[in-house]
Amino acid sequence: MSSSRIEILNDGGLRHDARRPYELRSTSFQLNTHPTAEGSSTVTQGLTTVQVSIFGPREPRQRSQASHDKAIISVEVGVVPWAQGGGGVKRVRGDKRLQEIGASIRQTFEPVIMTHLYPRSEITINVQVLSADGGILPTSINATTLALISSGISILDYTTSISIGLYLKQPLLDLSHVEEQDLPNLVIASLPNSGKITLAQMETRLHVDRFEEMLSLGVEACQVLKTEMEDVVKSQTEKIVERMGVRSVVSSGMAVDE
Amino acid sequence: MFSVKTVALSSTQSFSDDIPATHRKHQAELDAMDLDEDEFGAGPSKRNIVTPGEVITSSKEYMRGHGTYVEEVNVVSSVTGTIERVNKLISVKPVRSKYVPEVGDLVIGRIVEVGPQRWRVDANGRQDAVLMLSSVNLPGGVQRRKIESDALKMREFLAEGDLLVAEVQAFFGDGAMSLHTRSLKYGKLRNGQLLSVPPQLIRRLKSHFHHIPPPCGPTGVDVILGLNGYVWVSNGTSQEKREGGEGFDSEGVYSDKNDDIPPEGRQAISTITNLIKLLAQEGIPLTDTLIEDSFNWVNQNQLPPGPLAPNETERMLAEVVGVDITA
Repeated sequence: MSSSRIEILNDGGLRHDARRPYELRSTSFQLNTHPTAEGSSTVTQGLTTVQVSIFGPREPRQRSQASHDKAIISVEVGVVPWAQGGGGVKRVRGDKRLQEIGASIRQTFEPVIMTHLYPRSEITINVQVLSADGGILPTSINATTLALISSGISILDYTTSISIGLYLKQPLLDLSHVEEQDLPNLVIASLPNSGKITLAQMETRLHVDRFEEMLSLGVEACQVLKTEMEDVVKSQTEKIVERMGVRSVVSSGMAVDE
Repeated sequence: MFSVKTVALSSTQSFSDDIPATHRKHQAELDAMDLDEDEFGAGPSKRNIVTPGEVITSSKEYMRGHGTYVEEVNVVSSVTGTIERVNKLISVKPVRSKYVPEVGDLVIGRIVEVGPQRWRVDANGRQDAVLMLSSVNLPGGVQRRKIESDALKMREFLAEGDLLVAEVQAFFGDGAMSLHTRSLKYGKLRNGQLLSVPPQLIRRLKSHFHHIPPPCGPTGVDVILGLNGYVWVSNGTSQEKREGGEGFDSEGVYSDKNDDIPPEGRQAISTITNLIKLLAQEGIPLTDTLIEDSFNWVNQNQLPPGPLAPNETERMLAEVVGVDITA
């Protein structure tokens, strides 16, 4: 059925990169990776790396766009020229496909960001794909969540995202580029604390009986990702809070010296 | 019962500052007792750090403040930061955020637009701030009504791109700041350089104008710590000259020309700038004493001009600030 040379799931129940069906790719979450943005993060999931920087809330660049009672959110998506290796098709800014990813990110976060707190301003989300191996959209959403958290913008909850594929009757989590090309796949983004889903996107057809299983599996995976993210955020925050307290310790120490 | 001694303030105890002095207890006693602040989070280190979506407490007993929202019966955090409680009001103070202005704050801004009777100023806030023509001092220092000819000359006073130091006067209905410069301390900036640091690192102090005396340059260096995270480092002047005393040039307040700054003075400005950048990079709150101490350290160690080498940065932070960045 598949046209590619790889075996999606071998007899041992392992995928082409030796993962089990429900196994996620290795993740790394970094906060504040951009020097001038209000908030930024770099997220790596497997071989996909995305850097997101948040600018704002700030004065809208076109004042006519401004909304008097809430912030407007604009998303820009870019892929660096070397991101897709030899295999992928070159994508430039303004590409239809990238615009669609940008629109999905905006729709995902519009209900999550408490925009009514920032009237007449603009929040710019700048997504830069540094290397692509499938799951650009879920990785971008995860990175955007972390960047928003580091920027101090009020949000309802973490928003985590994952792609789920289906091979015969077996759902697979967190697809890589080759799997993404061969399998019908579903991308979901959810708020793990409440279990709400803010994005469910599917471009291929799928039997309805399998859908529910995939969806609940995805929500569960989102919860796992959230736990991982929270650990990183908490340890980073602790460090910052510690540094903020440095001065009071120093000044009392100084007084003793003098 | 044993007598309670006052304990030296430490970073791990900051929460106990929020409770009234009569409730202040020795750390050992605090640990042993089940005090009400313990209900927010567990353990002393993670004590009061929350992230978005985290339930803090019940909304039936507490009121929600900034950085929180109510869902069903719970007060839930919407930002990452530390919980602050004032009586029954729970708020979360974000560790990093855009500058949140308050009336009376000293800010540094840049003119982005000259409009009818007003300037628009980028003051690092959510929206551009507004400086009305009626809230500036005109050259010459006389207080009078602004007339049409003043409005025509607005660009001569402050043009696009000019930097100024001002005070937040009021807010408009949509939350935009209105600034004023009706004091001789405020006005156009020159003879120095601007740098931008996270606004959280600058605390509200009695004065935000600091002077680092020589040997830091022939005339010292002036530092203005704007609460919006903009910092102005400039060639030092005497206090009288700055604030309208002897030698104050009332006609020159809107001058576009820099004074002659000797190379040593420029050196001192850039040294101070480098030090502030370095401290800000490590997330250390800025104070005049800290900047002065770190300059003295550089001076004592006879370091060459230019940015500090990584190993010297480490040493400086360890010796002056007491922070080990290698850890």
